[in-house]
Amino acid sequence: MTWMTWRQFRTQAWIAIAGLAAITITLAVTRPSLTGMYSASGIAACQAHSDCGRLAASFISHVRADGAYPVLYAAGVVVMYLVPAIIGMFWGAPLITRELEAGTWRLAWTQSITRTRWLTVKLGLLALAAMAITGLFSLIITWWGSPIDQAAGLGSPILGNRMTPLLFAGHGIVPIGYAAFAFALGATTGALIGRTVPAMAVTIAIFGAVLLIMPNFVRPHLIPPAHTTAAVSPGYANWVPDGNGLLITGPASVPGAWVLSTSGHVYTGPATRVLQTCYNGPTSTPACGTAFASLHAQLTVTYQPASRYWPLQAYETAIALALALALAVLCGWKIRRLA
Amino acid sequence: MSAVIEARGLGKRYGHRWALADCTLSVPAGRVTGLVGPNGAGKSTLLNLSVGLLAPTTGTIEVLGGRPGAGPAQLRRVGFVAQDTPVYAGLSVADHLRFAAGLNPGWDAGLARDRIRRLGLDPRQKAGKLSGGQRAQLALALAVAKRPELLILDEPVASLDPLARHEFLQLLTEFTAEQQASVVLSSHLISDLERVCDYLIVLAASRVQVTGPVEHLLATHYLLTGPRRDPAGLPPGQHVISASHAGPQTTLLIRADSPVYDPARTSSQVSLEDLVLAYLNQAAGPTGPRRTLETQQ
Repeated sequence: MTWMTWRQFRTQAWIAIAGLAAITITLAVTRPSLTGMYSASGIAACQAHSDCGRLAASFISHVRADGAYPVLYAAGVVVMYLVPAIIGMFWGAPLITRELEAGTWRLAWTQSITRTRWLTVKLGLLALAAMAITGLFSLIITWWGSPIDQAAGLGSPILGNRMTPLLFAGHGIVPIGYAAFAFALGATTGALIGRTVPAMAVTIAIFGAVLLIMPNFVRPHLIPPAHTTAAVSPGYANWVPDGNGLLITGPASVPGAWVLSTSGHVYTGPATRVLQTCYNGPTSTPACGTAFASLHAQLTVTYQPASRYWPLQAYETAIALALALALAVLCGWKIRRLA
Repeated sequence: MSAVIEARGLGKRYGHRWALADCTLSVPAGRVTGLVGPNGAGKSTLLNLSVGLLAPTTGTIEVLGGRPGAGPAQLRRVGFVAQDTPVYAGLSVADHLRFAAGLNPGWDAGLARDRIRRLGLDPRQKAGKLSGGQRAQLALALAVAKRPELLILDEPVASLDPLARHEFLQLLTEFTAEQQASVVLSSHLISDLERVCDYLIVLAASRVQVTGPVEHLLATHYLLTGPRRDPAGLPPGQHVISASHAGPQTTLLIRADSPVYDPARTSSQVSLEDLVLAYLNQAAGPTGPRRTLETQQ
């Protein structure tokens, strides 16, 4: 059965390996000059001079100056979303539909092996292959982008830091979990629908939905978020009348963290009456500036700190793997009832 | 006589349509049994149920004393050649042998290789490029080299040309001669079955119309031709299966428990084809008796 699984799968395997090789070569060729810029920037030793923020910004501006690096960096993220999607559509969906459409299920399932075992071997081996190949993709792409990620962690991002929702699922170990999930999803929709092309369409639709649901509704709550307070920066402050006072809000950022929400507070008193006349913000006149400063306006920031990157990666990967396992069980149930 | 397939009240429903309903039959061991009936009689459903590819909606089916497809041991004892003889188009002939060798503990590699060689198949040839006849032969070789106790074939020659059909049935006959296995073969063509089968089950609308050893069936059925007369006037022990009238002449196909002497009529041997057709017409007739006729050995 192991041999048969490999024999039926080898075309897809070679395509995946060729894709991995092409990306490895592209990234390996372009990385030396990126690391050259990184070492020239002196970020590595910035802690000693405590000017990490400035050096990171300078490094990122150099990176941006050569248009190829931001594009490669973004492309790497896109690839990490595409790899599980392609695995789900082209490895998972045809796994069972191909047998059903060609009628070979009647050949395969009348050999001296139960169909449960047939499915277990196929799903197990191919899920491992999907996870291994996606792991390699992620390893190479994450490795290539590590200088940029480090600068982003110091407050100078290209697309955001690695906690940013878009980047979070595009680096690290989370794509491995999604590869297993997408594969199991493809196989299960194939078993339920029975035809390859509709199964592919349903797979990509559900996978896309999961990629939207996870960062918006699940990931923020995997670990109870941390709270901190930050001073409202005068240049970015906003206020709206609220009862007798002013609700003062503004943006906040925590270096390397994923800010989930910021909420302002209502302030009352004479200074707020002065501020109500400052239509162009607290910096428009010295009087406005003084009034704003006297309030010491604070924001409450809800966020996931940078230090939670790996715990969050581990939790989300575990969730994806658990969903994959549940789908595999559903697939097995359907296969036993397929008649 | 022990049975290799024993179905009781067996039924299979797809949505609102019954592909097989309340079917009770028994397939004897050590025989090459032909299962014949019109399209839609439920032959394919019955055979798919007997290898465990389908699960019954109602009733029970026992194959070699076990539940079909219940486990590796049960699967190992039954060989199956499915309708249209599916094979993996992208895999070579040799790949198929390796595939089956890996999945069947009782695999007879020598037998499989020998068959492929005698068929003149190139082991490197992709199965998708084989002719219909070669594909059927490959499917048969895979099922036979598994060394099953019961070999089940679902319309294996339906899509083959006459020459390929002949060769396939030849190979099947060789297999049955070499191995002490029971065989069940379905077809809607009686001539195919006549060549290889020594036992017959006629199935129409899920019902067994007639069943018995071919020799016995031929020995107990007669064609009587004579002047037009009411068939009801026949002596006891003679049952009319079909009657056709042409002018003053009446031709009756009858089943008789003892040899027929009728001075007024010409009695002649009936062909298997006429016999089966008579029973199928009887089953299809609007008022035809829907009873199972069993002939005893």
